[in-house]
Amino acid sequence: MTTTLEPAGQAEPAEEQVEVVWHDAPGLVGFLTSVDHKRIGMRYISTAFVFFFLAGVQALVMRVQLAGPNESVLSPRTYNELFTMHGTSMIFLFNTPVLAGFGNYLLPLQLGTRDMAFPRLNAFSYWVFALAGTFMYLGEFIGRAPDAGWFAYVPLSARAFSPGVNLDFWGLGVIFVGVSTTVGAVNFIVTIFKMRAPGMSLSRMPVFSWSILVMAFMVLFAVPALTVGTALLEADRLFGTAFYDPSRGGDVLLYQHLFWFWGHPEVYILLVPAMGMISMIVPTFARARLAGYVWVVTSLVGIGFVSFGLWVHHMFATGIPPQALGFFSAASMTISIPSGTLIFAWIATLWRGSVRWSTPLLFCLGFASIFVMGGITGVMVAALPFDLQAHDTYFVVAHFHYVLVGGVVFPIFAGLYFWLPKMTGRLLSEGLGTWSFWTMFTGFHLGFFPQHILGLMGMPRRVYTYDAGLGWDTLNLLSTIGGFLFGLGTLLTVVNIVRSRKRGAPAGPNPWEADSLEWSVPSPAPHYNFLTVPVVDGRHPLWSVPAGGASGALQRATPLTAGLEAEPEPEIMEVPEETYVPFLTAVGLAIVVVGLLVEQAVVGVVGLVVALAALGVWLWRTDGDLQ
Amino acid sequence: MDTNSLTPHGPDAAHISGLFWLMVTMGTVIYIVTMTALVVALFRGRQGARPSRFSDNAFIVGGGVVVPTLVLFVLAFATVRATNKVTAPRRDAVRLEVVGYQYWWRVEYHTPVRATTANEVHIPVGRPVDITLTSVDVNHSFWIPELAGKVDTIPGQRNLLHLQADKAGTYRGQCAEFCGLQHTHMAMLVIAEPQADFDRWVRTQARPAAAGSAVFEHQSCAGCHTIRGTSADGTLGPDLTHLAGRRTLGAVTAPNTAQNLAKWIHNAQDFKPGSLMPPVPMDPAELDALVAYLETLE
Amino acid sequence: MWMLILTELMIFLSLIGSYFYVRAGEASWPPPGIEAPPLGRIVVFTFVLLGSSVPMWWAERAARAGRMGGVQAGLALAWAMGAVFFANQVVEFRHLGFGPRDTVYGSLFYAITGLHGAHLVVGLVMNGVAQVKAALGKFDGGRHLTVDVVSLYWHFVDAVWILVFSTVYLSPHLLR
Repeated sequence: MTTTLEPAGQAEPAEEQVEVVWHDAPGLVGFLTSVDHKRIGMRYISTAFVFFFLAGVQALVMRVQLAGPNESVLSPRTYNELFTMHGTSMIFLFNTPVLAGFGNYLLPLQLGTRDMAFPRLNAFSYWVFALAGTFMYLGEFIGRAPDAGWFAYVPLSARAFSPGVNLDFWGLGVIFVGVSTTVGAVNFIVTIFKMRAPGMSLSRMPVFSWSILVMAFMVLFAVPALTVGTALLEADRLFGTAFYDPSRGGDVLLYQHLFWFWGHPEVYILLVPAMGMISMIVPTFARARLAGYVWVVTSLVGIGFVSFGLWVHHMFATGIPPQALGFFSAASMTISIPSGTLIFAWIATLWRGSVRWSTPLLFCLGFASIFVMGGITGVMVAALPFDLQAHDTYFVVAHFHYVLVGGVVFPIFAGLYFWLPKMTGRLLSEGLGTWSFWTMFTGFHLGFFPQHILGLMGMPRRVYTYDAGLGWDTLNLLSTIGGFLFGLGTLLTVVNIVRSRKRGAPAGPNPWEADSLEWSVPSPAPHYNFLTVPVVDGRHPLWSVPAGGASGALQRATPLTAGLEAEPEPEIMEVPEETYVPFLTAVGLAIVVVGLLVEQAVVGVVGLVVALAALGVWLWRTDGDLQ
Repeated sequence: MDTNSLTPHGPDAAHISGLFWLMVTMGTVIYIVTMTALVVALFRGRQGARPSRFSDNAFIVGGGVVVPTLVLFVLAFATVRATNKVTAPRRDAVRLEVVGYQYWWRVEYHTPVRATTANEVHIPVGRPVDITLTSVDVNHSFWIPELAGKVDTIPGQRNLLHLQADKAGTYRGQCAEFCGLQHTHMAMLVIAEPQADFDRWVRTQARPAAAGSAVFEHQSCAGCHTIRGTSADGTLGPDLTHLAGRRTLGAVTAPNTAQNLAKWIHNAQDFKPGSLMPPVPMDPAELDALVAYLETLE
Repeated sequence: MWMLILTELMIFLSLIGSYFYVRAGEASWPPPGIEAPPLGRIVVFTFVLLGSSVPMWWAERAARAGRMGGVQAGLALAWAMGAVFFANQVVEFRHLGFGPRDTVYGSLFYAITGLHGAHLVVGLVMNGVAQVKAALGKFDGGRHLTVDVVSLYWHFVDAVWILVFSTVYLSPHLLR
């Protein structure tokens, strides 16, 4: 902790020597013990994509059921399970963790450091996510999938109306995965505050890193409400407490308040990093610096704040007095101002620049054209009276898919095409990428645009079938066809990725001539990230003359900086060795959760002992870590 | 039968659809302008970057702050107006109460006479109606798109919905808050008719049944269903005192015909898997007698 | 650690918010037939708990100065005061006239105080680890991160008790 790195200006160490110091075990051992942010980040991304495709298959099966009136492909129960798991997977197990994965991989590279602030905590939060996801799907495998919707409103989710363990898989899983998100957020924040390369003041930090910072703070404020909401639900279910039981004075709307106090910011927790990605990709392909950096950052921060004032707009139809709703209606509309600012900042960037066409840019443009529409329908449903018609109909289904698929999934695909070459060292095929984009784009609109009309025509959400003669048949059929087209488009990207592993052209360090530090190192990035930790003197380090820095990759350590201006600190951070401890701690917690599920105290205690023992070892070894 | 919120037949739905069209128009203009700017931005630098006549700030402040703020002001004004209209208290309103059950609606009239029915709400045409909403089990949401927006029915809470039909007719709606296995088949009909017809109907509903039925009272039926004027007084299922006068069975799951009724009693799960009405095994003679009796309950 | 405390604080605030939200919807609070928890004894023990921040602060200062004896004494005294408070809570819970399952009031009361109790237990364990480390001579004037972390967490648990105490003990007596 008190040692210092070798000063700058010394000869660069030989790579072989460095490789020995930073060596990571291969194979299963490495898989269970690695604390390298890049391996963890990629693992996050690939695990999340497993859930993405599971959720996609669920969606398509539902679309088959809805393709025509009175179909009987699915039983009502199966249908309910499918839409519950689809929503749960997309929010908790795909969008949130995949963005955490990008953050994990990219943040230290963009900041010019060698790992996250708490590498072992980082491994822990991955394992918690992976185990929580598996736990939630366990119900599906034993035929007891949760079936009360991804929001699990009480009283439907209370023991009286959902007696099986189905809902416990959901409730306990959500609490469990919340641990992962929270721990990850703490890690992001400390990394940003303590580990930026010397000279990288906050005002020089790449926008993606900014977006991760905003997202992490939002997580810290929002997720506790979800944790409390679901914990009280589980207390009611498992221990018979009365929080949500009206017959004992409980209040069912309390759950909705807690859930949406998290749930609405969650939309922006996903959107903000996605917009951060766009803000990195658009300038690169416009070959121009980002217009209005300060506006962009201010807007991201503004979205973070305003998003906490909107939660009640999910509850307009619950009978809350309209005077109180006015505030939430207005706040919901206000958030379109920072979002609009971002859109125009990107347009201004393209306006000044000279565009180079590529797949990542296509996905960005797809994002813009879809998301603006989702934003407009968002303002519409924020208007209280209209929401009374649109709420809980297919109009809303269409709206939030425009926001979450257009606003988050498209940027994630843009990010994949943009950053995967950095992670694997291979470029993806532009031809296949273009095909994939247009198939997804067409499929998306065909799939979701008709749903606006269906909602206006009176089709509620979450119905497993509908009668002929309501005028809903053709639009539903179109929607199903569009859904399959979209699915096909995503598969083309999978093919593209698999193909590139063998046949992709080598990417080189900076295939896109981008400006941020991750592009200064070889692709794939080496274990130690930077042979010499760079010194940053501007917002676009790679577009200016590269400056020398402090070397020191011969130690498993990285420099610390402090303050807004990232002044070097006298102390350095030792990057911990590989360890099983995070994995074991997560396994211990998983056993506790299973114990609660089967209501066996013994199992819970065993889990607690495992987790505490692992944690004890962890704390015992801590002193080299940061505070 | 239409359930289209954009073909309003009452003032509440009309105010909302007016607001909708205003927003769609503004939204479309904004969308086209934004996308045009985007496309121009993409192609104007084809021969290399060209300096822009506008500063970045002009773009960002103009497009991202000034214009949306102006638009939002207009919108906020329209929203407040429409909100005041749909939430304003009504004079001389017909009052009734709707209670959500998994998966049907109980409808209660207190004036001019007390009457109970299910899944069918009769209202006089051209008069405001105040519906008090609550639930006995989970959350549901009462929604007739052609007449008004939706309001949830929540246990332990009494919510109020205003609506009015300007044209006689039958309006369909269905539960809009996910409530379990048969959320799908939890629809309702609102029948708007001239005041005189409405008065006659509600008085009919208030009368007890003329006679009882041995089969109904001795089978398990009476455990869940009430037929006023007989010993059957169960409260878990719909009141059947005037069943034959209703148009549909099982909350608009099937037309109310003798054949469907027999099938429904035999095994409601065939129509509505997950319905809380269990199959009722009965020999054919008994079933025929029961259906014949129920058919008399006009 | 500060970030973790921030998010923990949000958990407490969510619960306390729930408490007042439910209370606002009730005609009488606590519900009829339930006596609000008495104030006398808990006030005394509140001072014990809050007072335990003093020896903790003392231990922190001693660590910075490299006085290991002071560290051990401070940690031990704080530990003892925390443990006494906890023991009193356990005893008092047995004499309250309501349980967590009777009404929403009981559920909220036990959830909030129980969560605080759980935090206190974690604090006691962490304090214990620090004492063992101190006894084994793992700290010196330069290496005392564990002491800093434990003391920060300890102060948080004490401070949040003021919120908890005001909510579940004071508010039913003050706001009628």
